[in-house]
Amino acid sequence: MLIQEYQAKRILKALGIQTPEGYLAESPEQIIKICKALGSPAVLKAQILSGGRGQAGGILLAREPEEAESLARNLFGKRLITSQTGNRGLVVRKILVEKALNIKKECYLGLAVDREHETLLALVSREGGIQIEELSRQKPELIKIISFNPDEGMRPFQARQLAYFLELEEDLIKQLVSLLRNLSGFFIEKDLKLLEVNPLVLTESRLLVAADVKMEFDDCSLERHQDISGLLDFSDDSEEEMEARNFKLNYLRMEGNIGCLVNGAGLAMATMDIISHFGGQPANFLDIGGGVTEEAVNKAFEILISDDRVTSALVNIFGGIVRCDLVARGVVNCAERLGLKKPVVVRMEGTNVIEGQKILKESGLPFHLADDFEQAARLVVSLSGREK
Amino acid sequence: MSILVKAKTRILVQGITGKEATFHTQRMQEYGTRVVAGVTPGKGGQSHLGLPVFNTVEQARSAEAPEVSVIFVPPRAGADAIMEAADAGIKLIVCITEGIPVIDMLRAKAFLKKTNSKLIGPNTPGIISPGKSKVGIMPGHIHIPGPVGLISRSGTLTYEAVHQLTKLGVGQSTAVGIGGDSICGLKFAELLEMFREDLQTKALILIGEIGGTAEEEAAGYLKQISYPKPILAYVAGVTAPPGKRLGHAGAIIEGSRGTAQDKTNCLKEAGVRIISNPARIGQETKAILIN
Repeated sequence: MLIQEYQAKRILKALGIQTPEGYLAESPEQIIKICKALGSPAVLKAQILSGGRGQAGGILLAREPEEAESLARNLFGKRLITSQTGNRGLVVRKILVEKALNIKKECYLGLAVDREHETLLALVSREGGIQIEELSRQKPELIKIISFNPDEGMRPFQARQLAYFLELEEDLIKQLVSLLRNLSGFFIEKDLKLLEVNPLVLTESRLLVAADVKMEFDDCSLERHQDISGLLDFSDDSEEEMEARNFKLNYLRMEGNIGCLVNGAGLAMATMDIISHFGGQPANFLDIGGGVTEEAVNKAFEILISDDRVTSALVNIFGGIVRCDLVARGVVNCAERLGLKKPVVVRMEGTNVIEGQKILKESGLPFHLADDFEQAARLVVSLSGREK
Repeated sequence: MSILVKAKTRILVQGITGKEATFHTQRMQEYGTRVVAGVTPGKGGQSHLGLPVFNTVEQARSAEAPEVSVIFVPPRAGADAIMEAADAGIKLIVCITEGIPVIDMLRAKAFLKKTNSKLIGPNTPGIISPGKSKVGIMPGHIHIPGPVGLISRSGTLTYEAVHQLTKLGVGQSTAVGIGGDSICGLKFAELLEMFREDLQTKALILIGEIGGTAEEEAAGYLKQISYPKPILAYVAGVTAPPGKRLGHAGAIIEGSRGTAQDKTNCLKEAGVRIISNPARIGQETKAILIN
């Protein structure tokens, strides 16, 4: 789970880490007031859950309050399309207004779960405000990485290694060491997966300031951190994604026109892959999960067939814990409720498959029943009317 | 033969009195798995499904000498259950639990390194050696004994692959789910090493997916040795959108790796036969076995 920049900065502030002076605005009228109070110039930062905001026009410099207001009028409500958002982009609902910093030097600081080595890592770079993967390819000599584990945390000497690597002056080393230990302690305590300060700025007045920050928390640990789960923001989700979440369905919107309803993440991915293998394009990823109810299947099927983009749909179930008859009942109830106006291919196998197929046949609805995975995929692609 | 679990392997169930654990322990017993005891703190001394229940794994170990423990506890207790089993000297731990926090798993893995215990999972359907023992939640009836070993990161996709094989009359030696979480126990490389020596296994199927480096590690292992058996692989997620979960500082360690394309390329270079159509896993494997 990602949180917005303004939320992450509030957390940093509470940890005693310097952030630029700034306020959150939800309307152009607030912007002008904030800018007058802050003094010029000011930076407007669109609050969306994505990186690459700068290139997408989501970070703007305003020399005076009036300019800030007019820039904000354009920015509010705009869909920002970044390299990470997909072509629908994300709507700007909030803007963080900050006093521009007098930058002397910029660096990068990141903490992350190191999946390959099964430990935690801290990474600093002498250049900041950059794409860190890019930099690691081109100038690895500017980067230093250390590993630390959750039981012992980051040792003081490790923090010193990182701080001295950044070639800061002696009085700033202490500041940075305490900042690193502070952040790494927070990282472990609150179950983060990623924390990036990019850039970490040294100002002309010799302060270390977190100019931008990204925090990602572990979804699996949210129940033990009520303070963090309270920051969840679903306003960027599509209607389908929101409904799916209410029923604990794992849904992700894709760009194609063939709807999929599958049990299990691996089979759901394979279903998208095989559709594309036969020249079709999936409209979504949808894993109904193991503990699914009939009501949730009903909802999942509704999401699928009410999607205007969808021209044909595939229900692919391999019953293990999930019973085919339960899925069949959910699908049939939904189709009776909403009508079946699009071709739907159903392929079922495993637990209670005979009962499931019987329910589909006795419904009298024109489902296309497929015998196996490949036949189902070929059929749904040919029925989609958009073969390549 | 077969690997990890055999007909006589003694199995312990952690969290045995829970609803899911009860259901699946019954299925395991029906399959013929030799379940010998269960653990639920506070219920020691009781009997459940005809099995003795203990308060701790340590007590269960000294009374019933289980070799393998299968874990069905809630996510928050998952890492602790793994460490408890390892501490009691259980050689193989199979953790079915889904949703264990990542930092908990880092702690559990560090703990395991100081013991001789091996972990499968978490978030795995478990292990099955068809006709002998089923330690997990997979539907037993779709499997038949035979020459194919499977190692997979996905549950239902493994059932799909097994079903395709069984329909063609091709049986399985052992099917192992390594789990879908980012931090897990044994992976492809370690299990390939175990299958290498297994007389029953004549061919291997790897089922991978996007994210992590388990497939690349397997390719690295295969390049170092001359593996004596044919290996096929399917990697799910060719159409998956770029992983938003992988952030910058994590991605630097992974480099450009992690996509299905990169993984299949690595495996192909290591001599693995790549299956691009997931509906043909059975057919392609059968063709290899006949040749």
